[in-house]
Amino acid sequence: MDFTSKEAHEIKDLLVKGEVSSQEVIQFFLQRIEDKDPKINAFITVNKEGALKRAQKLDQLKEKKGKLFGIPIAIKDMLCTKGLRTTAGSKILENFIPPYTATVVKRLEEEGAIVIGKANQDEFAMGSSNETSYFGPSKNPWNFEYVPGGSSGGSAAAVSARMAPLSIGTDTGGSIRQPAHFCGVVGVKPTYGRVSRYGVIAFASSLDQVGPFSLSVKDSALVLEVICGWDANDSTTAKAPVSEWSQNLSADLKGLKVGLPKEYFTEALSEDVRQTLDRAIEAVKQAGAHVEEVSLPLTRYAVPIYYIIATSEASSNLARYDGVRFGFRADFSREPARDLVDFYSRTRGEGFGTEVKRRIILGTHALSSGYYDAYYKKACQVRFLLREDFSKAFEKCDVLMSPVATTSAFKLGERIHDPLTMYTNDIYTTSSNLAGLPSMSVPVELNSEGLPVGVQISASHFEEQKMLNVAFSLEKAFNFKAKRPKDV
Amino acid sequence: MSKYGDWEPVIGLEIHAQLLTKSKMFSSDSTSFGGGDNENVSPVTLGLPGALPVVNKKAVELSVKVGLALNCKIRHFSVFARKNYFYPDLPKGYQISQYDEPLAEEGFVEIYVDGQIKKIGITRAHMEEDAGKSTHHGDFTLINLNRAGVPLLEIVSEPDIASPAEAAEYARTIRRILRYLEVCDGNLEEGSMRCDCNVSVRKKGTQQFGTKVELKNLNSFRFVEKALEYEIERQIMVIESGEKVIQETRLYDSAKNRTHSMRSKEEAHDYRYFPDPDLLPVQISENWIQEIKSSLPELPIYRARRFQEEFKIPEYDAFVLTQEKDIADYFEEVAEQSGNPKAASNWVMVELLREIKESKKEISNVKIQPKQLAQLIKMIDSKQISGKIAKTVFAEMWERGQDPQFIVKEKGLVQISDPSSIEKMVEEVLSSSPQQVKQYREGKKKVFGYFVGQVMKATKGQANPELVNKILKEKLGD
Repeated sequence: MDFTSKEAHEIKDLLVKGEVSSQEVIQFFLQRIEDKDPKINAFITVNKEGALKRAQKLDQLKEKKGKLFGIPIAIKDMLCTKGLRTTAGSKILENFIPPYTATVVKRLEEEGAIVIGKANQDEFAMGSSNETSYFGPSKNPWNFEYVPGGSSGGSAAAVSARMAPLSIGTDTGGSIRQPAHFCGVVGVKPTYGRVSRYGVIAFASSLDQVGPFSLSVKDSALVLEVICGWDANDSTTAKAPVSEWSQNLSADLKGLKVGLPKEYFTEALSEDVRQTLDRAIEAVKQAGAHVEEVSLPLTRYAVPIYYIIATSEASSNLARYDGVRFGFRADFSREPARDLVDFYSRTRGEGFGTEVKRRIILGTHALSSGYYDAYYKKACQVRFLLREDFSKAFEKCDVLMSPVATTSAFKLGERIHDPLTMYTNDIYTTSSNLAGLPSMSVPVELNSEGLPVGVQISASHFEEQKMLNVAFSLEKAFNFKAKRPKDV
Repeated sequence: MSKYGDWEPVIGLEIHAQLLTKSKMFSSDSTSFGGGDNENVSPVTLGLPGALPVVNKKAVELSVKVGLALNCKIRHFSVFARKNYFYPDLPKGYQISQYDEPLAEEGFVEIYVDGQIKKIGITRAHMEEDAGKSTHHGDFTLINLNRAGVPLLEIVSEPDIASPAEAAEYARTIRRILRYLEVCDGNLEEGSMRCDCNVSVRKKGTQQFGTKVELKNLNSFRFVEKALEYEIERQIMVIESGEKVIQETRLYDSAKNRTHSMRSKEEAHDYRYFPDPDLLPVQISENWIQEIKSSLPELPIYRARRFQEEFKIPEYDAFVLTQEKDIADYFEEVAEQSGNPKAASNWVMVELLREIKESKKEISNVKIQPKQLAQLIKMIDSKQISGKIAKTVFAEMWERGQDPQFIVKEKGLVQISDPSSIEKMVEEVLSSSPQQVKQYREGKKKVFGYFVGQVMKATKGQANPELVNKILKEKLGD
């Protein structure tokens, strides 16, 4: 059976009914990876043996149940998987095999999912194009000359190229939504505190949030049901109830107020993205929504404060990669370390890539005495005000609709040597992380070059259902999920 | 005239107390370790990628207890911050501590110096995690992370301490309070309590502080005092010779009784403190504070005052008896049950504490129960036995833990208070010592002691001494 045109929940139904076996499904997708991934490089590690073994076990079960029973899922290499190499896309963790499993992966497995492999990503999720990965960039399945976006580029590409029906990414400043937009798949960043970060390699703790990629809105909603919820191992998780979002989807938007942040419609916005957004606005109006302009006056500060806060936290979070207990250690056999500082600087100097080092230096600077007040503290104050901006906007509307990025996917090598241009790519996505809001990208149509363009939908804290409904409505209107990259 | 001439020292202490919790500050790893290195190390303690801290509620409760006992204001919201620095036994590359919003602030403690009560200000008390332990072996270093993540409470005093002796007494007082509260075992040698001293000197009458030096490695109260003595003299000498005191950390070498610089060159540390984004602020409700407050035991200095008033015992006795909670409890029970607090105080302070000290026992392992010691005192008071016999009985009780009545009976130690049998003894003694009787009658009154001794000897010390005296005098015709 060809599973590439099936959604995850459809495959699960076939499995539960016993019409197909887990082994059949997993073998099909492992074959897809073998055929397609050499060109796409969406996987750092393929869990062939582990996945087959688990499929065998699932097939032996008398009672086949679980929301994701038998569904292969690609996990971004930021999430620890016991016994399965976890690299964060970095040389410094090239051979790191975790002795424990992230809560998210545990919950997925408890509902029957099968980890098919570890997805490629920018090193420590620092990048917007997947080009900072130590394991080489992943490619955009729609056009191999283009980037899949980042940092969860491998996770987006894996689903887009039908190498897995589902995948997991992390989003610190847009790292799920932007690659989803570039690769033409659904990608969701839930409310901060919805999903446990336990076992998720930290980039910026106050911004990081795990979320799903899928072909359909329903599948993402289903994964959210599984991974969301309070976790005793993560003090920042919320006790908010988790609903059956996938069962409650409604494309009828009657009475819903959709806000368009006027500050987002600037000259930086490319023509194709603007046109797609216009058509999406029309579609939600057709579905009964009331659309009006809202204002988020502090938008222009979002990227600068994001890069201060994210790099500050990262500079501390990445201090543990010191070559002492695990991970890469520089070779001191020929030239012994002169002292501790030499030990650290050689290990970290060789183990981290350029972008990671750049951000560690930025963050260290922002936190250092004499600069703390002007940078880190000020950024936190503005962050608080930005949250207020959103609260005010959500008094007037239920959801916000906006572009995901200024452009669709760009070419490999085009921006990698220009960090500032790369950073401004995050202009529409970082605000949601700073404010902790649920936010997602839903694919709408292809542009004239045949590249996908999506739109971003954001909601107030814990209002995932409203956001998912708008996405569901757009999915109905444009039926993008029927489209697939021709080369794959 | 003080011993430092025109100079006066300014001293403040930072005391780290290891909190008596079963698990670590931010993980469920055990805080008690058997023999093995690195045996209590989960992903959290190891600082593995993706591991997250979760606050130990018990540690917060114990910290609040201390904060309240030190008369501090307790913050309803206090913040954990990361103190960033690289060291191999610091797994995450930062220590989780508290910085500008600590749990407890602005308190004081009363200490007892030179017969007077002095108030020492407490700047703050904050929670943090301990680091691991490095041991250096020639060209390699081994790291044991069992200790890493163990909860500590850092208690910082105001620079209110005016002498080394006062500093040692302050530290002892804090230790006493921690032990009373049962939040820390206060063992300096094993490092479950650590004292760092900040000390500077200044010309008397000036307000401005001199350059301070931090002293570390002080693993007894005596060393606190000696290290400070040495350091104060050193600083005065440095200044008087026209040089400047350098702000630095110095280690105390107890073998040489001197301090030496810990770092050869001055390294400016920038810890880049910022709120730990993995942890929410610690919320402590007023209800919880009140609940903890009501569970606080009577603290030593107040208990001593009460003992003085209630039991009419001297200030010094009350002070000694309240050093340790279980000794104070013991004494109080003996005092109440015997109805003779003064005697109870003497027996506990002199006999019991001496035996405890000599045998290096804990009071909880002592065989004599307070009730039994009270019985012994009652037996003396009712003249069933003499004070001297009581000491013999006490020694038996210490060894065997039996009731004093039983021992007295078994050993036949009951006091002879029957005048006729004492009279018989006296007559025998007098008739067998004609020479001494003669001497006595000639005015050599000292010989009286000899007669008493002979009677006591004949009765194996069991004769009631008062009766012996009385009858002897009658028979000698006084």
